Amino acid sequence: MSDRVLLDYGSGGRASQRLVSELFIKSFDNEELSRLNDAAVLDISGPVAMSTDSYTVDPIFFPGGDIGSLAVHGTVNDVSMLGATPRYMTCGFIIEEGLPMADLERIVQSMARAAREAGVLVVAGDTKVVPKGAADKIFINTTGIGEVIVTPTPSADRAGPGDAVLVSGTMGDHGLTILSRRQGISFEAPVESDSAALNHLIGKLVRAIPQIHVLRDPTRGGLATTLNEIAVSSGTGIVVREADLPIRDAVRAGCSFLGLDPLYLANEGKFLCILPQDLAPQALEIMRADPLGRDACRIGEVVDEHARKVVMQTPLGGKRLLGMLEGEQLPRIC
Amino acid sequence: MDLFAGFRDPAIARALLEKIRSCGRGVRFMEVCGTHTVSIFQSGLHSLLPDNIVHLTGPGCPVCVTHDAEVAAYIEAAGKDKVIIATFGDLMKVPGPGGASLKSAQAEGARVKVVYSPADALAIARENPGDTVVFIGVGFETTAPGIAATIMMAEAEGLSNFTVLSFHKLVPPALDALLSDPEMEIEAFILPGHVSAVIGANAYLPLAEKYTVPAIVTGFEPLDILQALIMMLDMLRTGRPGLANQYARVVTAEGNKKAVRLMHTVFQTSDALWRGIGLIPGSGLAFAPAYERFDAMKALGIELRDVPPLKGCRCGDVLKGKLAPNKCPLFKTVCTPAKPVGPCMVSTEGSCAAYFKYNLEA
Repeated sequence: MSDRVLLDYGSGGRASQRLVSELFIKSFDNEELSRLNDAAVLDISGPVAMSTDSYTVDPIFFPGGDIGSLAVHGTVNDVSMLGATPRYMTCGFIIEEGLPMADLERIVQSMARAAREAGVLVVAGDTKVVPKGAADKIFINTTGIGEVIVTPTPSADRAGPGDAVLVSGTMGDHGLTILSRRQGISFEAPVESDSAALNHLIGKLVRAIPQIHVLRDPTRGGLATTLNEIAVSSGTGIVVREADLPIRDAVRAGCSFLGLDPLYLANEGKFLCILPQDLAPQALEIMRADPLGRDACRIGEVVDEHARKVVMQTPLGGKRLLGMLEGEQLPRIC
Repeated sequence: MDLFAGFRDPAIARALLEKIRSCGRGVRFMEVCGTHTVSIFQSGLHSLLPDNIVHLTGPGCPVCVTHDAEVAAYIEAAGKDKVIIATFGDLMKVPGPGGASLKSAQAEGARVKVVYSPADALAIARENPGDTVVFIGVGFETTAPGIAATIMMAEAEGLSNFTVLSFHKLVPPALDALLSDPEMEIEAFILPGHVSAVIGANAYLPLAEKYTVPAIVTGFEPLDILQALIMMLDMLRTGRPGLANQYARVVTAEGNKKAVRLMHTVFQTSDALWRGIGLIPGSGLAFAPAYERFDAMKALGIELRDVPPLKGCRCGDVLKGKLAPNKCPLFKTVCTPAKPVGPCMVSTEGSCAAYFKYNLEA
């Protein structure tokens, strides 16, 4: 193969076949994909959860992960948030002509590793190569399906007054990592992405506590946006204690420097769990026993008042609104 | 160790709030710095202050006070061939005449780059020798010296394609304009920490002599602000209003002389237009003759033109403390951070944006 991805590789001809057999089949390594049929046959039963997402992150390689691992983790996590066990995944690549082959290999191997660790099989895929400038390096779409473990499935509209709000760890790590590495921002914070597959931890949690009301991963828009979505769809109020929010010092410092708010920054390896208060200690114990939930803590409660709003209780004892993210966060002047 | 933790101590804050409550009188105070605005809301102080302590947010956000004519000028620059605009991010969405913004100009093909430092704009100029780079110089005495230093670097390097639109504003003349307004009902000021670190607390002495209003140079942590409130209440109670420096750990009487010298080497004071307030004599910075070749207005042949004011927008009254942001008829109905009508809703440090983002009752 040449050392750069050429338009030929997306043509469906010999060049495409070589790319598929030498890179994709070898890396993803499973029988269903190796058959190279037009579609995959899956062995799956009962209610199925399904999710799709397209990944366009810039830069494509970043501390703590890359676009490949992110494309697997993101979709695995979305399926998991329905209290389901992710089983199968498809992936579609849109590649800009000229991408170094070494980069593509690195990305595919990273995806394969992430899928293996999550216990998910990549059973179907597609590759398109577009002329230079028609895409930015590489875009990846993944679609995942999984078997539902509990019914009713966790859902944002099930949050109710008296529920406890838990988070599985620190907020803002992924978003700050990406923003600080973007070209044009010469500031580099000592942070790395938290990108990780949460399905094993979620599996343990929902099997032990099927009464969980809501599971959500606060990705784009961050914790604040996710909490607002839950408040709106459940018609309740959510009170969050600022002093209890887990945020790394480096993230706090980096955000303060760049004029960003960590509560609006994306996370890719964290989740929010809302459940009846009396079950909170058990949930925290399960989360903290897992490396991905080491910093889990309770940050607030679902309440009757402040319907459809999220209220932040400050360390001073004051109260303020914690609103939705409006557009993108922009760096400020001073 | 968190050096700031001590300045946020909840127990001390409660004690100071109690002292303020037991003081027996209130105060209508104004802060004139966006960082104070955000700090007062974000810390929850706004919700904790007794009813008779009225917090007003003044013209302290550089984005908010950038005049419509200035916005029109930089959008005109963005539309020119072979021009790259370099700007701090919060100007991207500021609406100009007809609703145009840098964001919409960018969508129409203008080359606009968001930078974190004027030095980044210098790098863009080096990389694009065939284009003219226009850095939008918006800000107070805090940012002006850094931009002056960048211009001097460009001069030393012989970079001929780096230019600046100097729409800088100076704080003391604006305070003078506010205080001389007979309709103004402000009893005390919290003076900006960052600006004062550059110009020094003494820069306000002429104002303190002219007007008898408590004015406290203040830090940005909750306890700083509470202490400043106690200081102004004491001044009012004892009938001895004046200038005081609460933020002595950062602000000196003389300020940063080197920074001020740089600023006045490259620029000279001029009259300036403030959004919602209008022309304030001596409140801006124009290029000194020796540095005129870096003036983007001259390089591109742009002039400030009269532009119609934004319809229904009352940012001017908000900036002068005459109208609470949530009392503006456009607030939250027509004007939101996603689709701002006026500049106070655009910047994260704007008073309307702060009310929208943080205020529970709004």
